This record gives sequence, structure tokens and C-alpha cells, in this order.
Amino acid sequence: MSALRGEARVALAICRKDALAELRGRHATVSTLFFAAVVLLLFGFALGPDSARLAAAAPGLLWLAVVFAGILAMGRLHLLETDDGALEQLALYPVARRAIYAGKALAGFVAMLLLALLVLGAVGVLFAVDVASAWAPLLATTVLGALGVAAVGTFYAGVTVRLRAREVMLPLLMLPVLAPLLLGAVKATSVALAGDPFGELGAWLQLMLAFDVVMTVAGAATYGFLLED
Amino acid sequence: MKTRILGIVALAAVALATYVALAVVPADLNQGDAQRIMYPHVASAWLAYLSFGVTALAGIGWLWRRDLRFDSVAVAGAEIGVIFTAFAIWGGMMWGRPIWGVYWQWEDPRLTTTALLLALYVGYLLLRRLTDDPDRRATRAAIVGIVAAVDIPIVHFSVEWWRGLHQTATIASPDRVLNPAAPMVFVGTLLGMVAALTLAWAYLMIRRYQLAEAELGREERARIERLVSSRPITTSGEVAR
Repeated sequence: MSALRGEARVALAICRKDALAELRGRHATVSTLFFAAVVLLLFGFALGPDSARLAAAAPGLLWLAVVFAGILAMGRLHLLETDDGALEQLALYPVARRAIYAGKALAGFVAMLLLALLVLGAVGVLFAVDVASAWAPLLATTVLGALGVAAVGTFYAGVTVRLRAREVMLPLLMLPVLAPLLLGAVKATSVALAGDPFGELGAWLQLMLAFDVVMTVAGAATYGFLLED
Repeated sequence: MKTRILGIVALAAVALATYVALAVVPADLNQGDAQRIMYPHVASAWLAYLSFGVTALAGIGWLWRRDLRFDSVAVAGAEIGVIFTAFAIWGGMMWGRPIWGVYWQWEDPRLTTTALLLALYVGYLLLRRLTDDPDRRATRAAIVGIVAAVDIPIVHFSVEWWRGLHQTATIASPDRVLNPAAPMVFVGTLLGMVAALTLAWAYLMIRRYQLAEAELGREERARIERLVSSRPITTSGEVAR
């Protein structure tokens, strides 16, 4: 039990370090937030100006913008570690590897949650979707979606961070893996916005939760091999 | 020599199974000759899953024993799996055009799942090409291969749900033929095709494994030569640390 508490403390410390670096440098959040806004704007141009069609497509557009911006954010969060051999230092810490993964993923989760909530608000404004009426299920969807992107993103950012072609490889590897999460998040969002007439919401949230759990466990189990490589 | 015999036997078996599927078995009553595509299509899909399973297990083997021969098995599985996946998709599209009227049917969970599978393992192969150091390549590939394999069932279930949570399949799928109601001659032909292509798969796996081992040997020699002539190492992919 105390070993677990120790690992949680390590994870929180790493998360704090990333948050502090982010607050001072703003590498991951500000630029990716504007990127998501531009993506939403372009979706509007691509599908608009019919507002009914935009509102119908809004859940998909929301999560595509979040995933695209999320890939950038996760890549940026890991890029911090390539400066001055920080990743090697991290690997030298005498702590469980999964705690390091948990810390990085937690920091990614906080960044993703912030990003997803702001994008959700922007979708509500731009595409005339009433996000406030279904705030509770949408919040649950956002939390689970952010967690999934962070869990997968931390892992794949670790795989690709030392590659020269990481800008291409990170989305190429991440996007197909994220497909079930994207699917669950889009469905959960659209049924939540429709007032969940058939009672499907729980099933989609469960799918997302299952994805999050499986990917977090897989990431925590394998991240240590990446640090040693 | 044994491998060559296996290759010859596999080739003969595939030829025989193809002949039976094309000329001996009667055409399906509803689907006509298009249904004959099902035999290699289902067999390829099975072999794709088998290959990716082998890749994941070999990845675990590498992480556990640190023997590069596991990695050679892993790359053989991934490459051959990608070929069979592409073949399964191609066959499905050729079948879909006359039966559904379209090449691509978003309603079919297997088609979309298989397309994602192809993307997952093409990414895996690209990642391998970008890493020069054999140990590092094996490690990265192993964990990506394991996570991809873990993702496959989630992808499958999610796409199955996504198609319609409260809706049963309304479109005839190739696998309907596998129902117990299907005539034994169809089932027998399919099993024969599966067996023949699995033999071919085993032959390809062995040859690709041997090739991977030969490549590793060549890389090793090249590295020693570079060390001896002490030229700077600047090959693709890796950022200098």
C-alpha cells in the first residue's frame, strides 16, 4: 500500500514538473488551442454555411478537432524531455517506470481536459449547439475522451520522440489506435445532445472507459522499455 | 530443403483449392460467382489475425529474452499480415461491388475494422524503417505491436456497436456462409482454402524470417566496417543523442 502511495507521489511530482514547465513556457496548450480553433473554423467552411448540417456534424467535428490538437499537444509535452537529456535523467530516477508514465499521462490528461472543454465551448458557440443543457454527460464524455488521448498519446509520444520524422509518425501511429475512442466519444456526445432518447449513453461511456483502462494499463506496462531504449 | 518442399506443397495446395473454389463447387444461388471470392477472402482475414498475433507474441518474446530472432519473427508476421490484410480488403471490395453495389460499405464492421488494422500495421512497419539500431528497433516495434494487438478487439467491438446499437445485421455478409445451415460443400471448400493458404503462410513466414536474419547479419557487418573506418554514422531516422 505504501509502495503505491510512493508511486502516486512520484507521478504527482512529474505531473507538477510538466505543469510548471507548461505554465512558464506554454509549449503545449496555447498553440494547440488556437490550432483547434482554426480546425473548427475550416470545418465550418468545408461543411457550411447550412447551420442545420453543421449542428448535426458538430459532435464529430468537436472530437476530430480535439484529437488533432491533442496529438500536437502530446507531442509537445514529450518534446520538453529531449532538451538537455531530460529523458535520460528521468530514466535514471530510482522509481517504478509506471509511475513516470502515470505522471506524464496525468499532465497530458490535465492539458487535454482543458483543451477539450474549451473546444467544446467553441463548438457550442460556432455551431449553435446547446452544450449547457447536457453538461453532465458531456463533462463525463470529455473527461473519458481526454484520458484516452492522454494515455495513448503519452505512450506513442514516447515511442516517436527520438525519431526525426516524429511529426508524421505520431499521428500515423496514434490515429488508428484512437479510432474506437473517437467513435465512442462522438456517439456519446451526439446522444447526450439529443437527450439520450434510447438510453445508449451509458454503453458508449463504458466503451470509452474500457478503452481508457486497457490503454493506460498497456502504456504503464510498456513505457519502461521505452525509457531504457 | 525442407522449406523448399513446404513451398512446393503449399503451391500445389493453393492451386488445388483455387481450382475447387472456381470450378468444382457450385455457384451460390443468390450471389452467383461473386460468392467464390469468399474462400480466399475469409482465409486471408484469418491469416492476417494469425500474423498479427504472432507479431505480438514475438514482441513479448523479445522484451522477455532479448533475443533478436524474436524480432525477426515479429517483422515477418507484420509484413505478411499487412499483405493478407490488404488482400482481404481487396477481395471484400471486389465482392462488395456486385453484391452491395458499392466497393465500400460503412455498415460492415469487418471492412472498417480491417482498414484500421491495415493502418495500424503499416504504421508499425514504417516505424521499423525509421530506426537503425537493431535493439532499439526491436523494442519500439515490440511495444507498438503489443499495443496494436490489444487495440484490435476494442476496434472490433466499437465498430460493431457503432454500426447500430439496436440493429441487427440486415446485409448478407460473407461469413453467413459459415452458418451451420450452409451446405457442407461450401464449408469444405472454405476449410480446404484455409488449410492451403495457411501452408503458404507458413512458407512465407519461414522465408521472411530467414531474410530478416540475413539483414541483421548484414547490418552488423556494416556497423563493424563503419567502426573500423570510423566514419560518422549518419543514417536515416535517428536524432543524434
